[in-house]
Amino acid sequence: MKQFKAFVRKEFYHVFRDPKTLLLLFGMPIAQIILFGFALTNEIKNSKIVIVDYAQDEASRRISEKIEASANFEVAQKLLSHREIEEAFKSGTIKMAVVFPNKFNYHLNHEGKAQIQIIADASDPNTATTLSNYANAIIKDCQKSLVPAGQKGLNINTEVRMIYNPELKGVYNFVPGVMALVLLLVGVLMTSVSIVREKEMGTMEVLLVSPFNPLLVIVSKAIPYFFLSLINLTIILILSSTLMEMPINGSLFLLYFASSILILTALALGLLISNSTDSQQAAMLISLMAMLMPTLLFTGFLFPLENMPMPLQIVANFLPSKWYYIIVKSVMIKGLGWASVWKEILILMGMTTFLVVLSVKKFKIRLA
Amino acid sequence: MRSLLFLLRKEFKQIFRNKSILAMIIGMPIIQLLIMPLAADFEIKNIKISIVDHDRSVYSKNLIDKVIASGYFQLNDYSTSFEQSFQQFEANNSDLVLEIPQHFERDLVKLQEGSLLLAVNAINGTNASVGSAYLSNIIGQYNQELRKQGLSASIAMPATIEVATLNWFNPYLNYPFFMVPGILVSLVTMVGIYMCALNIVKEKEVGTIEQINVTPIKKHHFILGKLIPFWVIGVFVFSLGLLGVARVAYGIIPVGSMPLLYSYLAIFLIAILGIGLLISTYSQTQQQAMSLAFFVIMVFILLSGLFTPIDSMPEWAKVIANLNPLTYFIEVMRMIVLKGSGFAQIKSHFLAMIAFAIFFNGWAIINYKKTS
Amino acid sequence: MEKEIVISAHKLTKKFGDFIATNEITFKVYAGEIFGFLGANGAGKTTAMKMLCGLSIPSAGEATIAGFDVYRETEKIKQNIGYMSQKFSLYEDLTVVENIRFFGGIYGLSNKELKSKSEALIKTLGLEKEVDKLVGSLPLGWKQKLAFSVAILHEPKIVFLDEPTGGVDPVTRRQFWDLIYDASDRGITIFVTTHYMDEAEYCDRVSMMVDGYMKALDSPENLKKTHGAATMDEVFFDLARGAQRQGD
Repeated sequence: MKQFKAFVRKEFYHVFRDPKTLLLLFGMPIAQIILFGFALTNEIKNSKIVIVDYAQDEASRRISEKIEASANFEVAQKLLSHREIEEAFKSGTIKMAVVFPNKFNYHLNHEGKAQIQIIADASDPNTATTLSNYANAIIKDCQKSLVPAGQKGLNINTEVRMIYNPELKGVYNFVPGVMALVLLLVGVLMTSVSIVREKEMGTMEVLLVSPFNPLLVIVSKAIPYFFLSLINLTIILILSSTLMEMPINGSLFLLYFASSILILTALALGLLISNSTDSQQAAMLISLMAMLMPTLLFTGFLFPLENMPMPLQIVANFLPSKWYYIIVKSVMIKGLGWASVWKEILILMGMTTFLVVLSVKKFKIRLA
Repeated sequence: MRSLLFLLRKEFKQIFRNKSILAMIIGMPIIQLLIMPLAADFEIKNIKISIVDHDRSVYSKNLIDKVIASGYFQLNDYSTSFEQSFQQFEANNSDLVLEIPQHFERDLVKLQEGSLLLAVNAINGTNASVGSAYLSNIIGQYNQELRKQGLSASIAMPATIEVATLNWFNPYLNYPFFMVPGILVSLVTMVGIYMCALNIVKEKEVGTIEQINVTPIKKHHFILGKLIPFWVIGVFVFSLGLLGVARVAYGIIPVGSMPLLYSYLAIFLIAILGIGLLISTYSQTQQQAMSLAFFVIMVFILLSGLFTPIDSMPEWAKVIANLNPLTYFIEVMRMIVLKGSGFAQIKSHFLAMIAFAIFFNGWAIINYKKTS
Repeated sequence: MEKEIVISAHKLTKKFGDFIATNEITFKVYAGEIFGFLGANGAGKTTAMKMLCGLSIPSAGEATIAGFDVYRETEKIKQNIGYMSQKFSLYEDLTVVENIRFFGGIYGLSNKELKSKSEALIKTLGLEKEVDKLVGSLPLGWKQKLAFSVAILHEPKIVFLDEPTGGVDPVTRRQFWDLIYDASDRGITIFVTTHYMDEAEYCDRVSMMVDGYMKALDSPENLKKTHGAATMDEVFFDLARGAQRQGD
């Protein structure tokens, strides 16, 4: 036990004697949570569109006013031809055009039918559909008020309640996502690199010939990063609840418990990578290049997992961050307890055990 | 000039000697480009819905049929207890709860007025608003139908506004079409920054850079000797992604001019490698270089408009996005590849990228010291 | 006739913050000499050597190497010197012949020279069978002999060796010194740091650094005489006894 303490102490020295790395270890997650917590949102706001009004009559003007009032659009009034609209799309200055044909009001009132054309730059399909949906909704709404009264029939009123996030804040979605991302990647990265580094430098041999269980040598390398990650978590939580008004509705203990397991999973994965490579470059390439994009996409905070093709949904199940993301949302936002997240926690524990067993098996006591 | 040739020969030999790293820097982007765009699909479908039907009437049945028939929704459970459905909601098994009150049909027939309650899981704000918009739309249509039935034939139908939506450049709203160019650019960026930064710092860590520093090699020769090989690799990976994966797997054939696209790529790679170089001048160990590079790349990717729209960001974040070379190249890719924009439309993008290239490389060269 | 001076240092000083690594050292090295630069770990040897090679700018004092100033003419100095650092400094992932060609090439040797020189070098070192092996796979002693040969491939005026024989066996060390004598015979000035006192005996003159100061400078014979010692070991202990700095 005394030896073990000596090893752990040595590892802490390594970490804390390198202020640059330390700064990055703490500074990075903080900067990221602030940057991404505030900046990222799936919402589509302030989109530049143009209204092409050839009618210039009462009906077209009323609809235009409604569109202009919406926060989703930044509207310019211009009489553009289709060619000019295409040019504007190509230079990226606008995303959509709403075209009112000549005699719009006349058609509406005398023929009972009038047409509006919405032209969207669908090279970005998401923005295109969302924007045309927004515009559609506004137009449908206007239709009701433009059509003479008395013709109204029965009415179904729908009361919509936005649960958990009534103001539809992006933070609620992105903070748990960035937490999962940062805790997982930083953990994997740091453990894998710090072990491979000793291999590369040749100091690993020195440790392995010491009369001390080689496995504990490895475990002692992971311990400082475990604590570092917990500190990071604390900073992230404080920042997100003070700066971003992110609630912590559920049990803090449960949150820390689940986070500890995710961190352990990350460290175990780092161990496995370090046991499978022997250059720092290779370890970094695997932990960053190979993991960054999949973690971003398969955690589920950028794109809904349900939308993905079946094989990819299955792939996503192998990502610890996916399960952690579910836990964090349930605990922090929904305020749910153990009863609701035990399944996810068990899955994470299973992953950790599997990874630890695998890396112990791969761990070579005698270096080849 | 001759010593530059020797440096280049050495770098290429080292790169090609390490087969596993080479395989990774070429293979990983390609595999990811094959898979990732399929995952990056924003189109909302299969929204899971719980329906609580207290009325169990013909009207409520019809409404439910309409909801399911729309194709957007997947019925998770159908019950008469809100409590029960809400549990499903809490457990994440459903995203929406639609509650139909008792006497829904009776009220509609007698009072011409009915009400529904819709509870939406709003943690992901976009999903929530899109989901509830779809459902409201369906309810609206149902409402229209009921009205038609109720109105006698003699009274004329109320006037309607038809909306014709045209989706230019991508009429089938194919999502990978949009994502592939952007993801390809991010992957090329990762390869460029990591490889460049790590390679130089490795020479520092091993000590060979000191040997280089006592030779009469010119500073700019050494730097060029490092940049050129990774520039070539960057162009290679990019071409493999664009002409291989994007074309074969996704059927994306650039609409615009290829020479224009490649000239932009050339400048972009110089800028990106300059960032790698800059990182290396600030790091003593590969661990430091990698942590720095990781941070920079995360910010670049997430604040580039690749996944979330820049227009929706707060002002200060827009400023960062505008200082991000990736933002420009992703835009340019989408413009040239998908819309066929020409030089006139991306002139300002060219100027910005040239400025980035000069700025980052200039800073790195000033900061790179042969002596201490 | 006065001997040609190739290294001349006057009150050369390097400070890192408050720490004075090298304190006003003054000495001259003559052409063709084997100059031993001795001292305990942390005495300031490597710092001094880096200043002389143009890797590090001095805080104060003056020095010229092959007639060039260490402040203003570092690039010219680099044309005229060879250097072998404490860390092994060839590329481990290049083969023997690739390393020779690379370093020869960046010193501006012509292709013809490169070819003949690398052949000769490989023959002298007896590396014919290892030509196409990666340097990383060679034993340490061979690597160091190779590194030295590469450092003098371009026939510099002076070669700086920073503890070149650390960690190798006595036989290899002896062979290494044979290479040094060969180079010296060809007129290359050798500036070598070491902490093996038997190696000090091989030098024409040695200097002794203690805590950043140069405490002694003379031939090994004279040093032993003035300190009444039988071996260089005893001279070293006599001088280093008062040292404050611990080794690193």
